[in-house]
Amino acid sequence: MKKTTIITFAVISALFLVSWIAKGMFTEGSSPFLDGFLVTLAAFLTLAIMSFLYKDNPYYKFAEHLFVGVSAAYAMCLGFWSTIVGNLIPRLSSGISEFFKVSYIEGDYNFIYFIPIIFGILLLMRLSPRGGWLSRWPLAFIVGTTAGLNFVRYLRSDFINQVSSTIVPLMIDWQGFGHFFSNLNFSATGQLVMMFSNLVIFIGVTCGIIYFYFSKEHTGWFGRASKIGIWILMITFGASFGYTVMGRISLLVGRITFLFRDWLEIIS
Amino acid sequence: MKVKLLIMVVMMLALSSFCFAQDNATEAGTEDTDTTAVVESIILPAPPGNLTGIDKPNDHGHAAILSWDLSPDDGAGENSVLKYEIYKWVPQLMLDINLVRDSLSVIQRILRNTTSGITEGTQADSMKIVFEKYSRDELFDIRNTLIAHVKQENTGLAEASNSYPENGAWLFVDKKPSGTKSFVHIGSKDFKSAGFVPDFANLYYRVDAVTIDGAKSSSKVLGPIQTSGQWYNTYRTPVVFSVLFFTLLTIYFVREARKGADLYVRPLGGIEAVDDAIGRATEMGRPILYVLGLGSAADIATIASFTILGRVAKKVAEYQTELLVPTYDPIVMTVAQEVVKSAYLDAGRPDAYKEDTVHFVTQSQFAYVAAVNGIMLRELPATNVYMGKFFAESLILAETGALAGSIQISGTDEIAQIPFFIVACDYTLIGEELYAASAYLGKEPVLLGSLKAQDYAKAAIILLAVIGVVLAQFEFGAAFVNLFEVAN
Repeated sequence: MKKTTIITFAVISALFLVSWIAKGMFTEGSSPFLDGFLVTLAAFLTLAIMSFLYKDNPYYKFAEHLFVGVSAAYAMCLGFWSTIVGNLIPRLSSGISEFFKVSYIEGDYNFIYFIPIIFGILLLMRLSPRGGWLSRWPLAFIVGTTAGLNFVRYLRSDFINQVSSTIVPLMIDWQGFGHFFSNLNFSATGQLVMMFSNLVIFIGVTCGIIYFYFSKEHTGWFGRASKIGIWILMITFGASFGYTVMGRISLLVGRITFLFRDWLEIIS
Repeated sequence: MKVKLLIMVVMMLALSSFCFAQDNATEAGTEDTDTTAVVESIILPAPPGNLTGIDKPNDHGHAAILSWDLSPDDGAGENSVLKYEIYKWVPQLMLDINLVRDSLSVIQRILRNTTSGITEGTQADSMKIVFEKYSRDELFDIRNTLIAHVKQENTGLAEASNSYPENGAWLFVDKKPSGTKSFVHIGSKDFKSAGFVPDFANLYYRVDAVTIDGAKSSSKVLGPIQTSGQWYNTYRTPVVFSVLFFTLLTIYFVREARKGADLYVRPLGGIEAVDDAIGRATEMGRPILYVLGLGSAADIATIASFTILGRVAKKVAEYQTELLVPTYDPIVMTVAQEVVKSAYLDAGRPDAYKEDTVHFVTQSQFAYVAAVNGIMLRELPATNVYMGKFFAESLILAETGALAGSIQISGTDEIAQIPFFIVACDYTLIGEELYAASAYLGKEPVLLGSLKAQDYAKAAIILLAVIGVVLAQFEFGAAFVNLFEVAN
């Protein structure tokens, strides 16, 4: 181990201890040293993850492995105790419910609950070298049923609703050019703006769909329409990008607030 | 124990009867006040007229649509109507069951360790005090007994509702502001819920016009009406036709593809780049990282990604390059293992397949990202392929990959994440290009046929939109536009 690594580790450990003791001494509550330890640990892990912005390092590795290990174990425990013990067993067997110290729900017994049990066992057959093929049955069931359910849902939202939303009048309240020019204004509810927005919707949807048409080469007028489609997509993505980045900034503000308020107590 | 429980239930029902007596008195008192109020100084509004009601069509039952004519004093006459109150007549049995349901709801809140919604000084508060004296197991037993009781008593509701107007009371359902002429009473289908409305039972409603002073006049009683569920939702007829249209198209093109018809699919930039990227990884002696995203094995994007993974794995096996596939979902991992294994077999290199090529990481979103980022910086893959369903982690992954100097190819149908991939990756498959890529690479008749059917469906959308836009200019065009309205 390098000398600088040892010194860095010693400095970080010392800072951690100082922070813990300081938080323990100045924090009010029933268990100040435990609270102080938890806040300091959270701050350390936050900084360890953020250290990734500099480069990969042992502190990031530690935080990463801890995060992955804890989350995987937590998900497994949650799945077992909440789904199997919490929901399934109380509906199937009073004996097993008693074993797990959960209350059996009388009247909720249903033979259909055995189907997920069987599928769950079949999935675990992957661990058996000879019966591994059995795990394909539940997989086929999961993929097939969801695809079937989504088929109808997507046809409704992406096909029928798409058509009905695109059918917009291009000429709104049209009473001739004289009326149009004499009432010309740029208000959001004005005739000009409304007609322009409907035109953008119609051309945007039509050209966007043409871009996603794969059965024909994008050349000639078809290619030009496709190019308009990709431009409209890119403008939409640009707006979406800016909007989402602003949301991410608020997440960063949340962590910075934690460090400066809960840990360092610089801000109130 | 059982005797104790029984005593408990009987006690509770006795308490309930007492409370109900009070409720009835209050209700009766309200009516008395209404009539005496006329004699005093408050002027009663004219009642709403012509109250009608029908079973709500195209639903699972338990709901009714009420409509009425506005009170002459609503917006005209005295202009004194502030709101309308909707009441439903329920038999005594329903009131008894409701009180047991209240107890059930309190027990369930205590069992969930939350007493929110139980306010001080109410009947529920006193029940809470009673129930808190019992152990958790005893509470579970009481809950089960109460559920069984409610279930059994509910069977008598239809018969009890025939006793109108005897042995029952009017219950407040909802209120609507002045000017409202209809109301949809959507009851619950869960017999354990307080809002339960039984199907095939006689229902009676009345609507009161209420003034700002609280004076109210009741409409004539509507009833009996009954609710029931329907097998076919006529509002969704357009969905049936579109399903049939698309299914027939798909079957036709799959058959054509199987017969060997040449179904053209235009080349996709991102997919053409995959082969080059694999070659680059081989030359550099570095692995290829394939990320399937956070979707489940049933997500369409993940299914499309499996096909692309198969193609990548086959090339990797041929070039003898290393492949890394960290997965988020255990079922996705299982399918991905099968796909990669088959690809190695197809390439004639089953011996080169390693079980841990596809491995599970965790099912926590950001822990997964932290782990994949770590892999990128430690293993330094030459190529990163992100295909599937991605969420907030997309930019974190793609940015780290760009920092590590990898060639990056991405594809997702999550609209909100595509911009991040576009800015941080070398090639991006936008939305449906991902599905097309799987058909383009797989060249399987089923995939090619469904892709062709999709293209024809898109052409139909354009055609219908053009016709609709032209017809929308005319009044008679509204009928065409309405063809595509799908109500719930």
